[in-house]
Amino acid sequence: MKTIMVCLKRVVDYNVRIRVKPDGSGVVTDGLKMSINPFDEIALEEALRIKERGEAESVVVVSIGPGDCQQQLRTGLAMGADRAVLIECDTDISPLIAAKVLLKQVEKEQPGLVLLGKQAIDDDCNQTGQMLATLWQRPQATFASKLEIAGSVATVTREVDAGLEIIEVDLPAVVTSDLRLNEPRYVKLPDIMKAKKKPMETIAIADFGVDLGSQLTASKWEAPAERSKGIRVKDVDALISALKEKELV
Amino acid sequence: MSHVLIIAEHDGSQLNASTAKTVNCAAGIDGATITIAVLGSGIDSVATQAAAIAGVSKVITVDRSENAQPLTANFAPQIAELAAAYDCIFGPSTTFGKDLMPAVAALLDTEQVSDIMEVTGPRSFKRPVYAGNAILNVDVADGAKIVATVRTASYKAASDGGSASVEAAASLSAVLPDHSRYIELQSEAGERPDLQTAKLVISGGRGVGSKENFDIVYKLADKLGAGVGASRAAVDAGYVSNDMQVGQTGKIIAPDLYMAFGISGAIQHLTGIKDAGTIVAINKDPEAAIFEIADIGLVGDLFEIIPELEQKL
Ligand SMILES: Cc1cc2nc3c(=O)[nH]c(=O)nc-3n(C[C@H](O)[C@H](O)[C@H](O)COP(=O)(O)OP(=O)(O)OC[C@H]3O[C@@H](n4cnc5c(N)ncnc54)[C@H](O)[C@@H]3O)c2cc1C
Ligand SMILES: Nc1ncnc2c1ncn2[C@@H]1O[C@H](COP(=O)(O)O)[C@@H](O)[C@H]1O
Repeated sequence: MKTIMVCLKRVVDYNVRIRVKPDGSGVVTDGLKMSINPFDEIALEEALRIKERGEAESVVVVSIGPGDCQQQLRTGLAMGADRAVLIECDTDISPLIAAKVLLKQVEKEQPGLVLLGKQAIDDDCNQTGQMLATLWQRPQATFASKLEIAGSVATVTREVDAGLEIIEVDLPAVVTSDLRLNEPRYVKLPDIMKAKKKPMETIAIADFGVDLGSQLTASKWEAPAERSKGIRVKDVDALISALKEKELV
Repeated sequence: MSHVLIIAEHDGSQLNASTAKTVNCAAGIDGATITIAVLGSGIDSVATQAAAIAGVSKVITVDRSENAQPLTANFAPQIAELAAAYDCIFGPSTTFGKDLMPAVAALLDTEQVSDIMEVTGPRSFKRPVYAGNAILNVDVADGAKIVATVRTASYKAASDGGSASVEAAASLSAVLPDHSRYIELQSEAGERPDLQTAKLVISGGRGVGSKENFDIVYKLADKLGAGVGASRAAVDAGYVSNDMQVGQTGKIIAPDLYMAFGISGAIQHLTGIKDAGTIVAINKDPEAAIFEIADIGLVGDLFEIIPELEQKL
C-alpha cells in the first residue's frame, strides 16, 4: 500500500494525576505534561513496523487540536513518520466530529490503512475509530493486539472480553490499537534533529466545512467519590477475622 | 415517555449478564419503555432469557445466518434501521458494545455517551473520564436520539420475573457489506466464575512473578469459588491471558470482595476496582499505592500469605 494514516491525539500524560477545578468547569490542565495518547503511540509504532517490512511506502500522522499539537506531531516524525498534518482547532470536539474531519483527510490521503488508538485517555470515549470506519464505509478492527497484512487483506487479533477474536478485513480498513499490539520505540536524539526537516502541514479546521456543533453539552465536572479510609491488619489471622466480620468469607 | 432499545449481548446460547445491567440503567429514565433487540442465528433461547428480565416490555429478534457472529459491520446497519422507532439506543460498555455502538451512532449521525454510570435526568448522565479521576455530567440536546453505552460495573442486573412478548423484527432492508469476516474466538475461559459477575475476585500482579507461580492464586480462588483477575503487568509478562486484565483498559468490575496480591495500585488498575465492595491488598511494600484505597491492607510476602490463607479459610 502507499500510505498509512495514523491519528495522534495530544493528551495529559498518563502519569499525571488529574484534578477537577473547584468550580466544576473542567479539569486543571495548565502546566501539566502533555504527551501523545499512549494508544496512538502504539498505533504509530505498528505503522512504522509495517512500513519497515516493506508493506507500505509512507506514514502520515494527523492530529486535530491546538497549535501545541505540533510537539506531539514532531515526536511522531522523530519516531519515523514521514509527514505530519495538524488540523488546527482551539475548541474540544467530540469523537463524531473528529471522525467527520478525519474522514475528509482520509479522502485526501487515500490511505490503505488508518490506525488510531482504541481510546483517548482523556475523554475515555472509545468511539472515533469505529465512527470513522462507519462514515468511510470501510471495515473496522478494534482493540487490535496483532495485525498481519497479506496483499489486500488484514488479519487482526482483537482483545475481547472472552479472549482473543480473530477477524479478517479487506483493505482499506480502520484498525484501533490495544496495549499489547507492540512496545513503541524510544526516540533517539539524531532522529529528533532529522524530524525538524520533515514536512508539517497546518490546515484550519474551518477549511474542512464540517459543522462543529455538538448535541452533547458537558455541564459539570466532579471529583469521584472517595473510598473511606481502610485499616491495616498485622497478620493472616487478623485478615481472616476482618473478612469474617464483614461476612465476606 | 422514552422508548429505549437495548442491544442484547450473548454468545449464541446464553444472554450475557451485561444485558440485564443495561436494562437496570435504562429503567432509571423516567417513563422508559424497554425493548431488547436480539441479533443472532438460532436465538430462541436467548430471546426467552431476555424476555424474562423484569421491566422489559418487548423482545425483538433478528434471526439470520449473517448474524451468527457479532460483527459490527453486519450488526450496525440493522440496528440503525431498527432504531428509527426509538428515542434511546443502549448497549453495554463491554468490548461487544464498545465496538458496536459508535458505529450505530455514526449511521444515525448522532453523538454517543460512553460509559453511563448514573442517569440524572431524562437526557442527562454521569460518565467517568480521565481513568475515573473525574466524573462528567453530560446533557443530550432535545430532539437528538441518545446512543449510549452503559458502564456495567455501576449497575446490578435487573431481576428476573418479566414476561415480555417476543416477536421477529419486520424484514430489514439494510444492505450488509462483505468486507469483514469472522474467523474464530480463542478463549481460555475455564470453569472459574466470570470476572464481570463474580462476587469474589482474587487478582495477581507482577509480584506473583511467573505463570507457574500463579497456581497458588488459582488454588486460593478455587477454594473460595472466586474469579481470577490480573494487572496489566501480569498479562504483559505472559503470566495469564488478556481476558483477565482488570483496569482502565481491561475489565471494570464490582465484586463484593476484591483481593489484590502483588499489585502496586497504578491508577489505571484502580479505576477497574473502584466499585468493589471491599478491597483487600497484600503487598510487601508498605508504601504501595494500593494501600491508599484498600479497606483492609496487609503488608507481607504473598508467597507466605496465600498458602496460609488457603489453609486457614
Ligand atoms: C494507557 C494505559 C492503560 C493501562 N491500563 C491498565 C489496566 O487496565 N490495568 C492494569 O492493571 N494496568 C494498566 N496499565 C498499567 C499500569 O500503569 C501499571 O503499569 C500496572 O498496573 C502495574 O502492574 P502491577 O501492579 O502488577 O506491577 P508493579 O507496578 O510492578 O507492582 C508489583 C507490586 O508487587 C509487589 N510485590 C512484589 N513481590 C511481592 C511479594 N513477594 N509479595 C507481595 N508483594 C510483592 C511490589 O511491592 C509491587 O508493589 C495501563 C497503563 C497505561 C499507560
Ligand atoms: N483530536 C484528535 N486528533 C487526532 N486523533 C484523534 C483525536 N481525537 C481522537 N483521535 C483518535 O481516536 C482515538 C480514539 O479516541 P476517543 O474516541 O476519543 O477515545 C484516539 O486514540 C486517537 O487515535
